[in-house]
Amino acid sequence: MKQALKKLGAFLLTMVIVSFVTFLAFQLIPGDPVTHMLGTSYTPERADALREQLGLKGPLLVRYWDWLRGFVTGAMGTSYSYNLPVSQLVGEKVGNTLALNALTFVLIVALSLPIGLFTVRRHGGAADRCLTVVNQVIMAVPPFFTGILFTWLFSVVLSWLPGKFIEFSEDPVGYWQCLFFPALALALPRIAMTVRMLRSTLLEELHRDYVRTAISRGNDSRAALYRHALKNALPPVVTFLAQTMAEIVASSIVVEQVFSIPGLGRLLLASINSSDWPVVQAIVVLLALWVMLAGTVADLINQRIDPRLRLGGAK
Amino acid sequence: MLEVRDLHVKFHSRQRQAVGGVSFSIADGEILGLVGESGSGKSVTALTVAGLLDREKAECSGSVLLDGVDLLKLQEPELRQLRGKRIGVVFQEPQTCMDPLMKVGRQVEEALAIHTNTSREERRRLAIQALTDVELPDPETVYDKYPHELSGGQLQRAMIAAAILTRPALLLLDEPTTALDVTVQAQILELLKKLNREHGISMLFISHNLYVVKKLCRRVAVMQRGLLVEEGDTQEVFYHPQHPYTQRLIAAIPTRQRPKP
Repeated sequence: MKQALKKLGAFLLTMVIVSFVTFLAFQLIPGDPVTHMLGTSYTPERADALREQLGLKGPLLVRYWDWLRGFVTGAMGTSYSYNLPVSQLVGEKVGNTLALNALTFVLIVALSLPIGLFTVRRHGGAADRCLTVVNQVIMAVPPFFTGILFTWLFSVVLSWLPGKFIEFSEDPVGYWQCLFFPALALALPRIAMTVRMLRSTLLEELHRDYVRTAISRGNDSRAALYRHALKNALPPVVTFLAQTMAEIVASSIVVEQVFSIPGLGRLLLASINSSDWPVVQAIVVLLALWVMLAGTVADLINQRIDPRLRLGGAK
Repeated sequence: MLEVRDLHVKFHSRQRQAVGGVSFSIADGEILGLVGESGSGKSVTALTVAGLLDREKAECSGSVLLDGVDLLKLQEPELRQLRGKRIGVVFQEPQTCMDPLMKVGRQVEEALAIHTNTSREERRRLAIQALTDVELPDPETVYDKYPHELSGGQLQRAMIAAAILTRPALLLLDEPTTALDVTVQAQILELLKKLNREHGISMLFISHNLYVVKKLCRRVAVMQRGLLVEEGDTQEVFYHPQHPYTQRLIAAIPTRQRPKP
């Protein structure tokens, strides 16, 4: 209980720091939303009035505090360029990005675990060596390039993909079809990395003394792998997957562009261009929240797996 | 019961044979001590007897007869039937030899789960009995602990419990007391003596420590560079060592522990 509270405290503190740094960054980088909004009708008086209206005039900390209070109560402010509430703007897109990230993650876990185990069972054999080479190649190709390749192959050549993005409310099946290839493009290099990671940790675990003990009790190599080594190899892989979650979030911004998915990534890029900082701020904090959540979940899973990580467990 | 004849072991990665023609035997209910410095081939001998040597990495010849069956001629599935059932093994460092993520009790009863059809409750009962046999206080609590919650001595007792649970014919002890401090070491030796006396389990006790071997074993074999240089009654070997290597080994014992003739 105490540990959970401590975790929650650290979590909240990190969120505050992340949001404050983003907030600060927007004070420092060049680009003035007021100039952008007024465009050709810019006069110093109008700019001044608009600043007053947007609440850009107060001291830095006061403005940050106002924003933070608003964010916690759900009022994330108003977009400068769209003149819409940020919550509405973000709300429309957040589902798509989350769905894309979640599907990517599912693909990574569902494919890399069996492939990793397969390479370990066939360690040193032809299949293992082939997969290692394929892995190296896949790891080297960035998702945006795979994305371009996929769009060309599956929508231009094979026309398997619908020409435009289908919303979930229109056609749930079509929606997931639209997300599948972007997710695969995102997942491929991560799958290769996870397989490599799982393979090396498993091989390392298989050389440990407790595996020899397990064999000496009559386990075959399969049972030694599944009953003993696998569980011991998982915690670093779980941590790695949580870090991967953060990388997916970052790469999905680019991949959304390539596949024209109306997600947070596109909104984020557009908002940075127009110095629409309430939108940027909200998105950055949401993404940070998502990444932090992945890390926390990974920690909890690892504590379930390894009793030494539980409170009072390690001596 | 166990008879090793002219055993040779050579690793593909090494020039020299790890074991170069070793013969010895262990009678029913006997404890044989096998001593020698690191690299003398005693652990490789034990691993070969336990059928734990990776056959892709090493070549063996000679014979290892356990109740008349040559272990070197057996295939992997048949060997697996013997491991944990007829042959129990206790290794040097209990901390690394236990799976850190599995409860001690589950590891103690593992051989039983593999080789027999006993029910979960029955296995638990037998495991707790074995933990009692190795004189662990509060065995029911120990059953549900994880390895990191026990001390080295407690863990080694649990390892011994795991190895004897299936009442094996032969118990291989590869430096079981080396990683433990001296008082715990003495307790473990007493325990092994008791188990040998009460259950009649034959043991091959490997150590680089002659003093420890003297306390436990009637008969001792001395290995050097893969060869058996001397074998005989422990007292005899201790007080009248024939081979210069054995003499040097005895001279290396700290004087307070050294036997006075």
